[in-house]
Amino acid sequence: MQNPYLPYPVRIDAIVTETEDKNLKTFKFVFLDPEDEKRFAYRSGQFAELSVAGKGEIPIGIASSPTEKGFIMFTVNKVGLVSSHLHAMKVGDVMGVRGPLGNWYPWEQLEGKNVVIIGGGFAFTTLRSSIVYMLDPANRKKFGEIHVIYGARTPGMLLYREELAAWEKRDDIHMHITVDGTNDPDWKYNVGFVPTITDKKAPAADDNTYAIICGPPIMIKFTQPVLDQRGYRHDNIIMSLENRMKCGIGMCGRCNVGKDFVCKDGPVFTLAQLNTMPKEY
Amino acid sequence: MKMIKLNQTAWEQGIEKLKAAYGLFAPVKTGAAHEFKPLGPGQAANLNFQNTRLSAKGLIYPQTQVMFHYSLNPDQADHHRLHEAPMADGPKAVIGIRPCDADAFLLVRRNFDTPQYKDPYWIKAYEATTLVGLACTAPCATCFCTTAGSGPFSETGLDVLLVPETDGYTAKLISPKGEALATAAGWDKAPAGDASPIAEREAAAKAQITSAVATDQLKAKATLDLYDAPFWDDVAFACINCGTCTYLCPTCWCFDIQDETSGKAGVRLRNWDSCMYPLFSLHGSGHNPRGLKVQRVRQRFMHKLKYYVDKYDDGIQCVGCGRCVQHCPVNIDIRKVCNLMNAHGPAPEACKIG
Repeated sequence: MQNPYLPYPVRIDAIVTETEDKNLKTFKFVFLDPEDEKRFAYRSGQFAELSVAGKGEIPIGIASSPTEKGFIMFTVNKVGLVSSHLHAMKVGDVMGVRGPLGNWYPWEQLEGKNVVIIGGGFAFTTLRSSIVYMLDPANRKKFGEIHVIYGARTPGMLLYREELAAWEKRDDIHMHITVDGTNDPDWKYNVGFVPTITDKKAPAADDNTYAIICGPPIMIKFTQPVLDQRGYRHDNIIMSLENRMKCGIGMCGRCNVGKDFVCKDGPVFTLAQLNTMPKEY
Repeated sequence: MKMIKLNQTAWEQGIEKLKAAYGLFAPVKTGAAHEFKPLGPGQAANLNFQNTRLSAKGLIYPQTQVMFHYSLNPDQADHHRLHEAPMADGPKAVIGIRPCDADAFLLVRRNFDTPQYKDPYWIKAYEATTLVGLACTAPCATCFCTTAGSGPFSETGLDVLLVPETDGYTAKLISPKGEALATAAGWDKAPAGDASPIAEREAAAKAQITSAVATDQLKAKATLDLYDAPFWDDVAFACINCGTCTYLCPTCWCFDIQDETSGKAGVRLRNWDSCMYPLFSLHGSGHNPRGLKVQRVRQRFMHKLKYYVDKYDDGIQCVGCGRCVQHCPVNIDIRKVCNLMNAHGPAPEACKIG
């Protein structure tokens, strides 16, 4: 019987400090046993438990894309015991990764469709995975128009800035980067909150257009009415939830929203599904 | 199904023999209550009880359980790697478990043994255990097993059912595990027992259970209607979030995982946890989706009486043992809450005219 609580051993291969407040770091991991990389076959939207012996585990969305081979990548906000310890770890240190866990964005259903990605703050990780996945030469033709609305408080708080700049230059993806405010006279993108930019830039709703939203509760709260107003059906609005987790496999009981576990039945739900569920997230 | 008659001498001799073949657990009187304890040589089970204070849950699913060992010593080649702790150390038998508590394992199994993931700690311990149940001939006033999917003589969770007689027991060997236990006890040569008086005694025991829950409408109710029902503030008002109900409950399975290090070595372990505690669902950001007492109390009842019902379509996540009713310090009663939920909202015929 395979033990679902046993992490795969990994080595930290690279650490990048992402944001000006230094609270967000991206970790690249390499599996100690190359066979484990095959066992860890994942889809964009899934998460994993990062495991540090002596500290515990944290559930973190997978920021790398399944099209990127040889490593997996996670961006971690420094919040509690495990994430603070992780931020103090060094390249070469050994730890564990358990997963992949949860469901993913409905990639089969999204084929042939226009995709509008709406993200805010550091909840851009599985969205980064999704963009890299869709832009992969083998996949790009499977999708229609791709729009990305991504906002942070300041330019220095945006994740993956080099990639954002590279995507800005492409003609097969419409980038709408925004910040709440900036003093930078050279800032050449949008200024304004995500809901405002969504109202201005999101394409008109139709049955072939899906929105994927990830962000802080306040952003979601004010973005949803904008999408409603623009005519997006609740079946076409896809969201990813977070809750406190331990097991990640639907057993320990704490992350439920109604009868569904965010860890196992989610984290991805459509707004139509969420409308029938208690707001316990 | 084999029925055998065990007089007191055969019973006592058999129990002694079983101690060699099984890790044997049975109720022993400790203070005012009966608790399951390992039986050492010469130690006898005390089956003169209505029910044990704690269920047998902890024998399969210990309150604290080591899952992994690790070393943090950089001089060791495998430092910071987790190593699985040993599981299920040989066959176990639980003597004198009540049928409701044995049925509870079948409910809990749905959580730990799923098509997608298997919890090896729980499954191996459960599979290594033989459950020898003791029929309830004198149920408690708080028992409502007969309307909670179990019963005083319920056999569904058991390997052997014991029915007390004036001299010893009539034993029903329900499963191959039960027959193997009877053989190990030397009971395979015991005289055949008589089934007909048992049916009468079962009927008499059931007749004594007068407290009941109504559950027939729960599935049809909309989740959000029950969630937003007006009675939750009232139900939760007196609750002190002590968690006694969840610890005593044979069907509560929630747990926490923690690392504990001593020097340069440590263990990853799991502990029973409780939805009654605010930490259970507290986010790292400080946000808590169940930060209020009423939300936590509602979660416990909604889980047992609605979410579970919807998820498995096989009754409620409760076997009617009545422990939470007996031991709640502020007298919150799951029977009352269940009936409130079942009766909530307009009756189906309320809109009919004429």
